[in-house]
Amino acid sequence: MPVNPDLQRERESATFAVEELTHVKDGGKGKTVRRRYIESLALNDSDFDWSDRSFITRDEEYSLAVKHGILIEQKIKKYNITDQEEQNAFRNTVMRKRQGNAIGLHTLMFIPTIKGQGTEEQQKKWLPLAESMQIIGTYAQTELGHGTFVRGLETTATYIPEKEEFIVHTPKLTSFKWWPGNLGKTVNYAVVMAQLYSKGKCYGVHPFLVQLRSLDNHQPMKGVTIGDIGPKFGFNSTDNGYLGLDHVRIPRTNLLMKYAKVLPDGTYVKPPRDKLAYGSMMYVRVAYLHMSAEALAMACTIAIRYSAVRRQSEMIPGEREPQVLDYQSQQMKLFPQLATAYAFYLTQQKTYQLYLGLLDDLRKGEYSSLQDMHALTSGLKAFVTSAMSNGIDVCRLSCGGHGYSHTSGLPELYTMYTHFQTAEGENTILLLQTARYLMKCAGNAMSGDKQTGQVGYLSDTTQENSNIKSESDVLSFEELTNVYKHRAQRLVKEAAMKLQTEMSNTKQQHVAWNSCHIELLTAATAHVHYFIVQAFIDTLKTTEMADSARSILTKLCQLYAMYGIHDNAGDFLHDNYLSPHQLSMVTKQMVNTFALLRPNAVALVDAFDFPDGILASTLGTYDGNVYEKMYQWANHSPLNKDEVHDSYKYLQPMLTSKQSKL
Amino acid sequence: MNPDIQKERERATFTAEQLTYVLDGGRHKTKKRRLMEKIIFHDPDLQCPDHSFLSKNESFNAATKHSIMMEKKIQKHKIKSDEDKAMFRMIASRRKDTISLPVHHLMFRPTIVGQGTEEQQRKWLPLIDNMTVIGTYAQTELGHGTFIRGLETTATFDPKTDEFVLHSPTLTSMKWWPGNLAFQSNHAIVIAQLYTKGQCHGIQPFMVQLRSLEDYRPLPGVTVGDIGPKMANNGYCNGFLKLDNVRIPRENMLMKYAKVERDGTYIKPQSMKLAYGSMVLLRVAFTKTAAEALASACTIAVRYSAVRRQTEQTPGGVEPQILDYQSQQYKLFPALAAAYAFYFASESLNNIYQQIQQEIKTGNIASMTPLHVISSGLKAFSSDVMNCGIETCRLSCGGHGYSHASGLPGLYGRATALCTVEGVNTVLYLQVAGYLMKCASMAASGQTLPDLVAYISKPPEQQWSVRNGTDIMNQAVSAYEHRAQRLVVAAAQSLQGEMTAGKAQHEAWNNSHIALIKAAKAHTHYFVVKCFVNFVRSKDLITPDNVKSVLETLCKLYVCYGIHENAGDFMQDGYISGEQIALVTNQISGLLATIRPNAVALVDAFDFKDEILGSVLGCYDGNVYQKMYEWAKQSPLNKDEVHESYYKYLKPMLQANKSKL
Repeated sequence: MPVNPDLQRERESATFAVEELTHVKDGGKGKTVRRRYIESLALNDSDFDWSDRSFITRDEEYSLAVKHGILIEQKIKKYNITDQEEQNAFRNTVMRKRQGNAIGLHTLMFIPTIKGQGTEEQQKKWLPLAESMQIIGTYAQTELGHGTFVRGLETTATYIPEKEEFIVHTPKLTSFKWWPGNLGKTVNYAVVMAQLYSKGKCYGVHPFLVQLRSLDNHQPMKGVTIGDIGPKFGFNSTDNGYLGLDHVRIPRTNLLMKYAKVLPDGTYVKPPRDKLAYGSMMYVRVAYLHMSAEALAMACTIAIRYSAVRRQSEMIPGEREPQVLDYQSQQMKLFPQLATAYAFYLTQQKTYQLYLGLLDDLRKGEYSSLQDMHALTSGLKAFVTSAMSNGIDVCRLSCGGHGYSHTSGLPELYTMYTHFQTAEGENTILLLQTARYLMKCAGNAMSGDKQTGQVGYLSDTTQENSNIKSESDVLSFEELTNVYKHRAQRLVKEAAMKLQTEMSNTKQQHVAWNSCHIELLTAATAHVHYFIVQAFIDTLKTTEMADSARSILTKLCQLYAMYGIHDNAGDFLHDNYLSPHQLSMVTKQMVNTFALLRPNAVALVDAFDFPDGILASTLGTYDGNVYEKMYQWANHSPLNKDEVHDSYKYLQPMLTSKQSKL
Repeated sequence: MNPDIQKERERATFTAEQLTYVLDGGRHKTKKRRLMEKIIFHDPDLQCPDHSFLSKNESFNAATKHSIMMEKKIQKHKIKSDEDKAMFRMIASRRKDTISLPVHHLMFRPTIVGQGTEEQQRKWLPLIDNMTVIGTYAQTELGHGTFIRGLETTATFDPKTDEFVLHSPTLTSMKWWPGNLAFQSNHAIVIAQLYTKGQCHGIQPFMVQLRSLEDYRPLPGVTVGDIGPKMANNGYCNGFLKLDNVRIPRENMLMKYAKVERDGTYIKPQSMKLAYGSMVLLRVAFTKTAAEALASACTIAVRYSAVRRQTEQTPGGVEPQILDYQSQQYKLFPALAAAYAFYFASESLNNIYQQIQQEIKTGNIASMTPLHVISSGLKAFSSDVMNCGIETCRLSCGGHGYSHASGLPGLYGRATALCTVEGVNTVLYLQVAGYLMKCASMAASGQTLPDLVAYISKPPEQQWSVRNGTDIMNQAVSAYEHRAQRLVVAAAQSLQGEMTAGKAQHEAWNNSHIALIKAAKAHTHYFVVKCFVNFVRSKDLITPDNVKSVLETLCKLYVCYGIHENAGDFMQDGYISGEQIALVTNQISGLLATIRPNAVALVDAFDFKDEILGSVLGCYDGNVYQKMYEWAKQSPLNKDEVHESYYKYLKPMLQANKSKL
């Protein structure tokens, strides 16, 4: 089918080279080339069944996810993809298509945990089995009654020196492992996190390798109660599971003992202080930034292409209905999301560099920036995943009724990615962790101790009023950064002061802390927001790119910063840092930027470079033949198999009994 | 009962039951509702399966069966009034996926009542009421939604045969989305552009038969089917419809307003303003639906937060109920206050509607437009707030909120549709703004405005007079009034500015969308605040003082939270100062603590039975974990200990790999 003429015209009106921007987003031309190669391997391999999952049952979906999970690992070997990042990219293609991988946790968590926490001997024993997929595992931590607070876990592993065994046990229903991916039906092994007891004493949570199912017939082992936890908002192809353990015995050597050890006689040997473990947690959080940027970018692609094709309402009586993308209200929904997606891509690049720097430091035994980075990545994960989740919903609603149909791809995109907000550290708890660090630093700064790193600004003098004098000042990166810096300074300090007052009132630290949650969350959010604005600007300044790409990214960066001010106006007016007049100028420039972005909107989402195979959306197809594809899609609905549906059996008796009355 | 939740109920400062009466509109109404619930929930024929575990096809079958059973029971129990029938259907369908024929009852029949002549009503209503004719309302098309003048389906009068020819000329003109259209309806009211004597007279409603009453096959020229799965509501089928020169008799055009005579002469309708009435009622109902959806989400999240314990606050101490965390209260209590606010706003709107009906009888229709406008605004505003609020509640339940066991994903999936049906919210806000702009220019030229918008012409106040926390309730309405007034004027100035700069009217309008939507939201927010404040302070509110006092606290939280969240709007012109904002924010912490002991009682007062909530996290007795486990065991994947995919995929791989070692 030819490209929809409206969409064609949009592409012709772009003022920059799409390909250039794709390279920037990917982090370099070389990366773009490899990404496309990896994607095409997955999308063009006919062993995969990429047909639309919207029309099949959960049971069928799960079976397909098992099939695909196995295929993915086989194909990675076959295509000789050896780089870790590229392997993950290959696996990730499946998730971006909102399809399932029933053995994803095996490579994502099970193998890395053995590598990270097993002794060399343990690795030698287990890794060949895991890597050749003779055993398939997952990581079982959260319990029915216990989530983020790891110390509260109830599962026990009690050492019996006579037998050199641990007895792993879930004493109560609330201690059943609950949620681990692939646990319900797929895996035969798990790393189970449990409270270690030896010689009558509890030593806290440790990882244990436990066999769950027979390697011969897949039946649960004795003492193992295991199953699927039931359907969810999204990810229904995955068998998140529950696990009850009734005095299951495992050898002593199944405790992963790289750090803590239990000797045959039951003596517990404490681990040396381990700060490297933070590294892997941060890695996951940085990875979340990238996946969140991608999810939001996909939603923007769908909504913006559809808004260029969809025409609605007349602006001028009697004239043709305009593209909905021409409405300012539609731009106000979509352009800030578009800018946010770019902001997150570039922030991720910057954060990844900081993370690599940190790893170098840690290897050298230099720990000074560890807390700073930990606080930053925790807050970033929370900020970015919740902005992404809200943003996808904004995009879905901007597509009107059609966004509600699975044909748009948007409901599934939302339900799948929104779980990032509660997984890997619930967002509110993460922000409070960031806040705790900020409070410490603010205290130090106020007592004259100079702060460095991401909190260095807390030691800077504060400016009372913004220097913005004219509308062009509003676009200055320096002024925009200052606005965010001032807000973070003020909100962090105010939270610290409130905390101090509460402390002197109540004398109880935890009571004071709890009564300041609102201010603490606001402060942490402002800190992260400031970082993102800086990171966007920094990456933009330091990355080589064509002028046309730089110029359009500059506009997006300005928009991101201005929208944040407009949206949080009260924070900036509060102490008159911005005057009402300055704020009006910000809003005015934001709207002016919309007009500059309008002719580039479709090209800007094209630059995200999602093939139709990944977008999986009839509203967002590259060629814009939306309505034809929607109709074709609807005709695949299994309900349409017969012209008269099976349920007529219920209608018929009622109708025939009254026929005579007509 | 879970001891924590038991304790919560004991420590409440008021009796939940008393508040339930207030919400239901009187004790007798509560009694009646409960009686109906008892009949329905104890009837073995009206039990329904958990749709979480069904395929779309199974779900649709189950829902159809259930709907037919509902109608039989309505007859059996001799339920006569429309209101009671609606209540029966609402309860029996548990507000869940089980509802199957709502469009027949809520749109198809009312359209014939509202738009059909007496003769047409006499013909069709008996057939509809005994369910011989099952119908739907087919308006939106694949390429056309909210803008109904853009619809493409045509109805061309053929004077030779005294018939209309209904036709879908293009792919984009296919009817798309109407509920119950795909397989259940044998008739539809099709909205089409009327052509007669070569002239188009705009859209009109036509009664079209779609399926044979003999074998239910689509009639010649009719292509009809399911549009495919959606975010939720999959037990309920939305359809598409293509008409290929389908002929219907002339009298199948609903002719209460416009008419076409035998010779094809078109007779224009008189004022359409009266037709607004049914739209107002529909939007009042939507606001109530939004309130109930948000209230359900709050019930689930608040009860679960009283049961769930997490993270020790002092080393070695007991893990507190998560409801004790200020951050959790800050998520849930504003949502709870908003749910109450929307109950009272829809109630007030309903009362105003009844009042205005009286005025109309005396020939005074001046208030019809502002009423219609505020009902549009309220539908948009309440569904927006509900949409975010349900998600906040879901996220406040952590990981478990993500499971269908919580009921929250399903609730969100169904309720979020309110944001786009019956007028996309943005379009509704712009309609509200259109009227407000008219009012602003009337005010500027010194004309008097109807009550609901009279504030626009008041002289603006310069400064909010609040000095301390106790002043806030007395000055709440004036703060929101001031903000609405300022934003209406600002939008009008933006429009004027664009026009002065030489922009055409449509361009000026488009360039002011942001300001216009802000004004419309502020106008609606003001209305909601006014309703809430008036309600809790009303002399007619007959309820014990402790109930009044807890409502007043909720109302104050609603007021303060709105100012805190929209601080920029109130500070932009210096009306509220930074210090006053700080005062308001401080009040919020105090209000959260005051509400805390009453939180569970406040959600109990909504009185949603477990059968209606459909949530293991939100069950009344708080035995959350036990029920989660029972629920999970029903997952179809758990049918066999070893899933069939093991034999198909895993086993061959595991064995092949084994031999390699």
